[in-house]
Formats: sequence, structure tokens, C-alpha cells
Amino acid sequence: MSTFWATILAGSVGCYALKLAGVSLPASVLGHPRVQRTARLLPVAMLSALVVTDLFEANGRYSADWHTLAGVGVGAVALRFGSSLIVVFLLAIATTAGMRLLA
Amino acid sequence: MSATVSSPPGGTAAMVPSEPPPQRAEIIRAAAGIGVYAGAFGVTFGAVSATAGLSVIQAVTMSAVMFTGASQFALVGILAVGGAPLAGLSAALLLGLRNAFYGVPVTDILGPRGLRRLSTAHFVIDETTAMAVAQSTRRAGRYAFWATGVTLFALWNLGTLCGALIGSGIDTSALGLDAAAPAIFLALLWPQLSRDRAPAVALGAIVVALGLGSIAPAGVPIIATAAVAIAAGLLPARPGQKRGDG
Repeated sequence: MSTFWATILAGSVGCYALKLAGVSLPASVLGHPRVQRTARLLPVAMLSALVVTDLFEANGRYSADWHTLAGVGVGAVALRFGSSLIVVFLLAIATTAGMRLLA
Repeated sequence: MSATVSSPPGGTAAMVPSEPPPQRAEIIRAAAGIGVYAGAFGVTFGAVSATAGLSVIQAVTMSAVMFTGASQFALVGILAVGGAPLAGLSAALLLGLRNAFYGVPVTDILGPRGLRRLSTAHFVIDETTAMAVAQSTRRAGRYAFWATGVTLFALWNLGTLCGALIGSGIDTSALGLDAAAPAIFLALLWPQLSRDRAPAVALGAIVVALGLGSIAPAGVPIIATAAVAIAAGLLPARPGQKRGDG
């Protein structure tokens, strides 16, 4: 119990400190075009990594769940046709849940 | 949605034109979508926390104070399988490190000063950053950041509370909620892929993440992909190339 609390509090304070460090960088660093371009490419890299990690590493290495993959695949098709975030979300979970139900 | 353009409030924001109302309506719609997802995702997190042995107050403390989903899931995921608390803590911090990087575009768009930094910092996460950088003006970016941040914070915490109270009684996989995170990360990524160099960075990040996935501890592959973005960002622009910055 107390170990859990120590871990939770250290993690929470640490994560906030990282956020604060990010917004406290000097303006001279931020103004540089290469820094700006890099900064805007960082979410692209990390979101891509999060997608594939969630899809292919969720239950140990390289173990994909076909129901989840199908759900996210349907979500990707919806994105291709310009669907909003909520529609993509609902289609993805509904497809995944539906496929499990049928399986 | 009226086509009337509201007059800009002169002064500090003079360098950016006021965004037309349709853009605000679009932002609100997207923020509401993220909020609904965050609520459902929060329920998932609360339920997973309860299964891992965390109390309701511990789960809610994480959502309110740590407030960065991937780190939270990594931490409870490791505690759930009886992993060392230090391993869970490291994974949470490594995943949280990306928020420090997000601080760069967020500061560029919001320009928080003094005490405002303290409150702004707390809301710097994947969704708020993605929403802010996706807008065409700084003003719309600020609006998107706060609309998303406040909505997400409220529903994420409410969801966590509900999930933790329901506990392990909820079957998250039967509801397809395990598809929620990757689907939403993909939806946030999608509009950003039109940025200059973004498709190459996305591809590089996928290769790095999957390549390191089997050998590096949880969280490290995600952080390692920062190297791909940094390398691509530091390469000099080709002559005549259109810049992808908003």
C-alpha cells in the first residue's frame, strides 16, 4: 500500500516536472525554425509509435489481437473518409466488441 | 454556423487573424469527441487500476496529478503483473518525457508566462498538443488547447472514478475498449501526416518502436522514436520546399 503510494506520488510529481520543464525552455531556443520543425515532428513520431506499440506489443512482443486490429483498421478507413474523432472511436470499439461477440 | 468573422481584440493577438466561428465549432466538436473517448478510456483505466490492487483514491490521484494516460497505463500495467515499482515508475517517467518535448510547440503557440506556466504545464499531453498544433492560427491553437485540456481532464477523472468504483466487474475487452487507445492515437496522428517530412518520420518511428519493442523495457521504444523526429527536423530544408509549420 505505502509502496504503491510512493510510486504513484513520485511518478505524478516526476511527470508534472517533465511537463513544466517543457514549457519553461528559453524562448531563444524555441524561436529556431529547426527546433520548431523538430518539435512538431515529435508528436508524429510518438503517436505512430504508440499506435503500433498498442497494436503489436500489448500482450507481449509482437502479439497482435485481430479483433483490435480490425477495429483500428475500420477506424483508419473512417479517417480516410474524413470522419471525426468520436466516430472513429465509436467505430473502432464497436467493431472490436462485435468481432469478439461473433468469434 | 454563421460565416461572420468576429473582430479581433486588438493588442497582443494582433499578429494572428481571428479564426472564423466555423473553426471554433469544429474545435468544440473535436474536443467533445476527445472528451467522450477520455471518459471511456478513464473507465478502462479505473477498472485496470482496481484489478492491479490500487484503491479508488490512488487511481483518481493518478488521473488528477499524473494526468498523462500512457504513463498511467504503463505504471498500473507493471504493478498489475507484480513488476517492481521502480520499473513501473521508470516506464511512467520515460513515457512522460514526451510531454516535455510537447512543451516546445505548446509554448510556441500559447506563450505562457509566470504562474501561467504552472497551470499550462499540467495540461501538456498528446491530445492537447495535437489539437493545438493542428490549428492554422495561434489563437485557434490556444482555444483548441484549453477546450481539449479542460474537457479531457474533467471526463478522464470522472471516468477513472467510475471505473475504479465498478472495479474489476467491467469487462473492458468485451466492450472493445482496448481498441480505443490505438484508434484515438491514430486519429490524432492523421491530420499531422500532411506536415512536411511527417510520413517519413511516422514510418521511421514505427520501425524503431517495433524494432526495439522486443529488447527494450516498456516505454523506451516510444522515447527512442524521438531520435527519428529530431534527425528529420534538423536536416536542412531542400530549396523551394514548402514548410509544414502551421
